[in-house]
Amino acid sequence: MTASTTTRRSEPPLVVDPPPLEPAAAGGLDRRLRRFAGVAGWVLIAGIPVTMFVLFFFYPVGSLLGRGLAPGGALDLSGLAEVAGKPRVQRIALFTVWQAAASAALSVALGLPGAYLLYRCRFRGRTAVRALVTVPFVLPSIVVALAFRTLFAADGPLGSWGWDGSVAAILAAHVFLNYAVVVRTVGASWAHLDSRPAEAASSLGAGPIRVLFTITLRSLLPAIAAAFVMVFLFCATSFGIMLIMGGSRYGTLETEIFRQTAQIGDLRAAAVLSILQLILVVAVLVVAAAVRRRGEATLRLRASVDLAHSLRWSDWPAVLVTSAVGVLLAAPLLVLVVRSLQTPTGWGLGNYRALTGTGESNVLVTPVTDALAYSLRAALLAAALSVLIGVLLSVVLARRPARRAARRAVSGLDAMVMLPLGVSAVTVGFGFLIALDSPPLDLRSSPLLIPIAQAMVTIPLVVRMVLPVLRAADDRLRQAAAVLGAGPIRVWWSVDLPIMSRALAGAAAFAFAVALGEFGATSFIARPETPTLPVVIGRLIARPGSVNAGMALAAAVILAVLCALSVFLVDFATGGRRGEPGVGGF
Amino acid sequence: MLEIRDAGITFAADKRVTLAVRNVDLDVPDRSVLALLGPSGCGKSTLLRAIAGLEALTTGRISWDGTDLAGISVHRRGFGLMFQDGVLFPHRDVAGNIAYGLRRTGLPNQEIHSRVGDLLELVGQPGYGSRRVATLSGGEAQRVALARALAPRPRLLLLDEPLAALDRSLRERLLADLGSVLRSTGTTAVFVTHDQGEAFAIADMVAVMTSGSIRQVGPAAEIWARPADAWVAGFVGYSSVLDAQAAAAVGSTVPLGSGALALRPAALRLDPGGPLTGRVTLVTPAPDGLVLTVRINGVGEVKAIAATDVPLAVDDLVRLRFDAAGAAVVPGRDDLVSGPLVG
Repeated sequence: MTASTTTRRSEPPLVVDPPPLEPAAAGGLDRRLRRFAGVAGWVLIAGIPVTMFVLFFFYPVGSLLGRGLAPGGALDLSGLAEVAGKPRVQRIALFTVWQAAASAALSVALGLPGAYLLYRCRFRGRTAVRALVTVPFVLPSIVVALAFRTLFAADGPLGSWGWDGSVAAILAAHVFLNYAVVVRTVGASWAHLDSRPAEAASSLGAGPIRVLFTITLRSLLPAIAAAFVMVFLFCATSFGIMLIMGGSRYGTLETEIFRQTAQIGDLRAAAVLSILQLILVVAVLVVAAAVRRRGEATLRLRASVDLAHSLRWSDWPAVLVTSAVGVLLAAPLLVLVVRSLQTPTGWGLGNYRALTGTGESNVLVTPVTDALAYSLRAALLAAALSVLIGVLLSVVLARRPARRAARRAVSGLDAMVMLPLGVSAVTVGFGFLIALDSPPLDLRSSPLLIPIAQAMVTIPLVVRMVLPVLRAADDRLRQAAAVLGAGPIRVWWSVDLPIMSRALAGAAAFAFAVALGEFGATSFIARPETPTLPVVIGRLIARPGSVNAGMALAAAVILAVLCALSVFLVDFATGGRRGEPGVGGF
Repeated sequence: MLEIRDAGITFAADKRVTLAVRNVDLDVPDRSVLALLGPSGCGKSTLLRAIAGLEALTTGRISWDGTDLAGISVHRRGFGLMFQDGVLFPHRDVAGNIAYGLRRTGLPNQEIHSRVGDLLELVGQPGYGSRRVATLSGGEAQRVALARALAPRPRLLLLDEPLAALDRSLRERLLADLGSVLRSTGTTAVFVTHDQGEAFAIADMVAVMTSGSIRQVGPAAEIWARPADAWVAGFVGYSSVLDAQAAAAVGSTVPLGSGALALRPAALRLDPGGPLTGRVTLVTPAPDGLVLTVRINGVGEVKAIAATDVPLAVDDLVRLRFDAAGAAVVPGRDDLVSGPLVG
């Protein structure tokens, strides 16, 4: 580079008359045309996701609610009060709330020491531990349920605790699944938390405990609250865990919706329960938003400063708690793997070999390996679909338009995207079943039905992972690009896309893992001849037979490995371990 | 040539309307540098962003060579913009940043490559092309940002306090380099700063701005010699403004008309044979002498200078002599402030 410059120095390279300014504003028509094209572009970008949501979310869910609330075509709300007044419904609603609150509180209590240890301390192998802690979160709920049932079963390693089918076991499974949510959400804030207020408090005479509670945790409150809310929502809508571990004694609104639709066939009760659940979720989100608005100002972060310190003796409580949690995280998985290698005839891979068959007394229509292949294809499609739609949505949602009408449209779209998080997957699945079975939308036999249903579950997750990165990006980068002559498309391509590429890759992998393990919606719409792996596991454990039980364990191990691998490979390939922005090909 | 006529910008947020810029008229002829000088929050950066196309005017118009810019979006204006801190693209290396604006020109890769080299040499960072942006120091990042802004040969370069984030010695060095780059490339530029030293060093014309409006436009020497009002005088370094009576009391014979007399510290010198007597209230050492704050009866507190080797203490009585070279006449249409100016 330097060689070529020295030879070219003779001519003054920069004194050049700039090209003439295009008289863009010569006529008002051109300006109006360009503006119209701009608006049309935005409408088109937003229109694809909106159409998708209308067809595959609002229409099916609306049909289900409509059949429940307006059975004869006329709205009949008398059922609302009647169903909501039933003691069983009230008991289930109460249980849903308190078990979710307890699970969230436990997760936070156990997760805070972990967040401190993994994001504020430095020690050998920290990256590996961080990665391992995330594994449970990406595991399908049915795998986790099976692992915990095996652990606490009467003949299991912890059978003597008598936790089989107990609330304690359910809470343990929920903590297992959501521990990483707390560690990562709180840890990300803790890593950059300004330590100077805490130092100021110490110098004013506050002891370490007082500093922890009055300064550090107080400053982290927004992150803690966010983690609590997320875990609460995940547990309140928990389906796989409750269905398999709760048995007939414990149920959430979600499992009750499943019972009412799939087993009893009372659509009215199901519709009312769906509405109850939606109200619960929206109420929690509204409270959470209010808390966040109040708390955000208190969080003082210092970006791009490494504030971690080496382990100190005073860190022993955090080390102790986190090690104990590590055992809780490892035990069920170990038991699952060990039991999957146990066959009626001794140790071996018999259970895995049996996966090429259809199980004891042929409880399955197709071999499990076929289901595995089908699951992978469907999850891949679902991930691709949710990334595509998620990117389109993030393009629109990252904008902060100046005009009020446009701003309203953006926030309306934001709310629409998050709605599937609040509506039970079971409702979506059953809605698909009853709404998409007649022309013009007869998708019963379409291979796209399951991927689309799974994508409706994963799109909000993709948006939630990508959008914060885009919103946090310095807007002046886009302005700098525009001033240098880049039009809107090139600005997106050369600034937004590289900024979000790592988050997007992570979101794609996460969407794949979630779609692969999706159980609530898929269990309704999977046809017997094309089941997904979670559905197969569900069928195997619902039937008697030691061969079937062994096959379920083996299938669960495979499913767990696939989910964990997909997330890790992407994280690794995009340089997440080094904390760098993804490989810069742009 | 850039022309700004009756430009006004208002912000409406939370039901409060803020007038950020009002009634601004400015011309920037080709190949000249205009400095927009004013305290923080005076609207100078907002005006600059409006020229770039990043803010919309509420009233008035901005045009280039007679073409109204209102309908032309940011990326079609062909202007350059430099921020306070580089705002380099973190996912591109130095060469990738500089080449960004060249893509549109359709130059062959070879040409882009050599041009990037030329620009790096121009800004004094030869061979930095393959460096990662994160490894640059603040000064290096600003040099690269300057190269990036100059690369597409902008018809107008907009600089938004480009040196404010740097420490003092670096700022002075970069200021000198920036000035020579702008002159050697013949770039038309608008330079926003709150530092009068920067403004006067780099600009052909200085526009002094406060509370959203321009108080005075002119060459640096003219603003020094004839500040338009007491506020401008204070902002560019005059320490006191005296009314006619006080001016007479310090021994000034400068004809004031209805105006007032603005004094720099150098307008009053310590002189054992001087006609004025004052009591020292503060002694501040400066590089080439002492700056005294002195209370003179009938005048109030004013600044004066003394040689370093004079032993002085607070409450000493000193004798002073007026030197018209350190004073300027301020036209008397504004509200007059007597005594030292604050801020």
